[in-house]
Amino acid sequence: MRTGTGGVSVVAPSVAPAASPHVTIRGLAKRFGGAVVYDKFDLDIPRGKLISVFGPNGCGKSTLINMIAGLIPPDGGEVLFDGKPLHAIKFGYVFQNYREALFPWLRSIDNIEYPLKLMKLPKAERRARTERLIVNLGVKIDLNRYPYELSGGQQQLVSIMRALVVEPEILFLDEPFSALDYEMTLFMREQLQRVFVETGTTTVLVSHDLEEAVYLADRILLLSRGPAQIADYVSYDAVRPRTDATLSESEFVKIKAHCLEVFQREVRKG
Amino acid sequence: MKRINFDPYLPIVGVVGLIVLWYVAVWCRVVDPILLPSPTDTFAALYKGMDGGRLGFDFWRTVERTTLATLIAAVIAIPLGIVLGSSERLYRSLEFVIDFFRSTPASAMFPLFLVLFGVGDATKISVAAFGAALVILFNVAYGVMNARKTRLLAARVMGASRLRVLTDVMLLESLPATFVGLRNGVSLALVIIVVAEMFIGSTDGLGHRVFEAQQLFRMADMYAAIFAAGALGYGLNLLFLLIERKFVHWSGK
Ligand SMILES: Nc1ncnc2c1ncn2[C@@H]1O[C@H](COP(=O)(O)OP(=O)(O)O)[C@@H](O)[C@H]1O
Ligand SMILES: [Mg+2]
Repeated sequence: MRTGTGGVSVVAPSVAPAASPHVTIRGLAKRFGGAVVYDKFDLDIPRGKLISVFGPNGCGKSTLINMIAGLIPPDGGEVLFDGKPLHAIKFGYVFQNYREALFPWLRSIDNIEYPLKLMKLPKAERRARTERLIVNLGVKIDLNRYPYELSGGQQQLVSIMRALVVEPEILFLDEPFSALDYEMTLFMREQLQRVFVETGTTTVLVSHDLEEAVYLADRILLLSRGPAQIADYVSYDAVRPRTDATLSESEFVKIKAHCLEVFQREVRKG
Repeated sequence: MKRINFDPYLPIVGVVGLIVLWYVAVWCRVVDPILLPSPTDTFAALYKGMDGGRLGFDFWRTVERTTLATLIAAVIAIPLGIVLGSSERLYRSLEFVIDFFRSTPASAMFPLFLVLFGVGDATKISVAAFGAALVILFNVAYGVMNARKTRLLAARVMGASRLRVLTDVMLLESLPATFVGLRNGVSLALVIIVVAEMFIGSTDGLGHRVFEAQQLFRMADMYAAIFAAGALGYGLNLLFLLIERKFVHWSGK
């Protein structure tokens, strides 16, 4: 989450028509030592869509969203949000490692409200916003507990709520469910889908699970290795909410098979 | 059949065992009775001494000095440790110096501090504070430096300024290590204070009591003073542990 000068939130959507991309990435470059991870990389992220990023291990998925979110500086190129730089917008970021991303000294509810505190919102408004979020998401966990008293899935849900409470224009998630057991992962997928349907926030999800990547996505960004290139940028527009039944629909199966084929081709090349 | 859980009482086993062994040694005259008084005599001396006697006075003198030394050490070392820890390059440049003095026996500094502060409480307290401060400094700096990278990043991503990251994340992240430093620091301060009380022109304190009782061949008094010192060390450690548990509830979780 970042706010513009003076903590005023920016009214973005009215400026740009809904059809224009939310994020434009042009000529992005990044190297670590001698290894070129990105070079002349271009990408458009459409507004109000959920984009899954999928690709071989170490191809640069985390690096990509970290550069978009400003966690690491690119060596070259630019990332613009409706033509504006990053510091002028609010965004949310969810880390894979929720245990290390939450603050164990704060109760869960205070973790969620922490970014609002940074925005210097008064206590009453912080609580009101959090309450609204809890209702919207139908969250039933006891948020007066400390994070370490919650299950992994509940902790990650708290992280996601902390990212959402600022009403971000864009939400980044880096393999948010990979540290959870399978049952919890399925549950959290539904939670994320619900968040997305409720809020329509532009979302970038890095996933290492192809089924999950396709199931949740409007577009699947398939990356290749060294330097990372767009191997394919597949559209998938099954209606939401998607359910278990979606997984056996022919459209889903077809898209997943196509993504797998592209992925395997890229892996063999590398 | 109902089983009684004896586990909580296990620590008593060692204590009872030691006392029994002691009685046996006294009865069998394994050691010269003048050198080893019976447990009864020793605990009587301990009780008499602590209950308004000389020992109680000396005990509190040592508590005062140790507390003051630890307090001074903490006030200096904690802020310094935070500053050092928040700049890895600064810490690396001073690491050797800190490590060197941390490894130097603080007792070796007595003559120097005697020259600086004269024969008196100031020397005892400052040497103890010096030793404790280095231990605390080292732990705090490491605590700050080892703050989880993800947590710092999370705060930064939410828009926290450098100062907010320091106060909201690094400080709290370093608390468990700070308490380790405080516990080790207070133990070291006690060691140095007791040693100092034995020698340099001392007239009171537990160290003085042990030394004087030995000189006068009052062995029961000497053992009583040793036990008092042991209880003090154990108590101080326990105190910090309890404070830590209360304030650093997330430690180790
Ligand atoms: N801070 C760093 N220093 C050096 N190399 C890095 C760093 N971060 C990432 N890399 C390298 O960049 C490549 C892409 O990393 P990453 O984006 O984490 O991949 P992934 O697609 O698995 O998320 C990897 O080869 C990784 O070793
Ligand atoms: Mg990654």
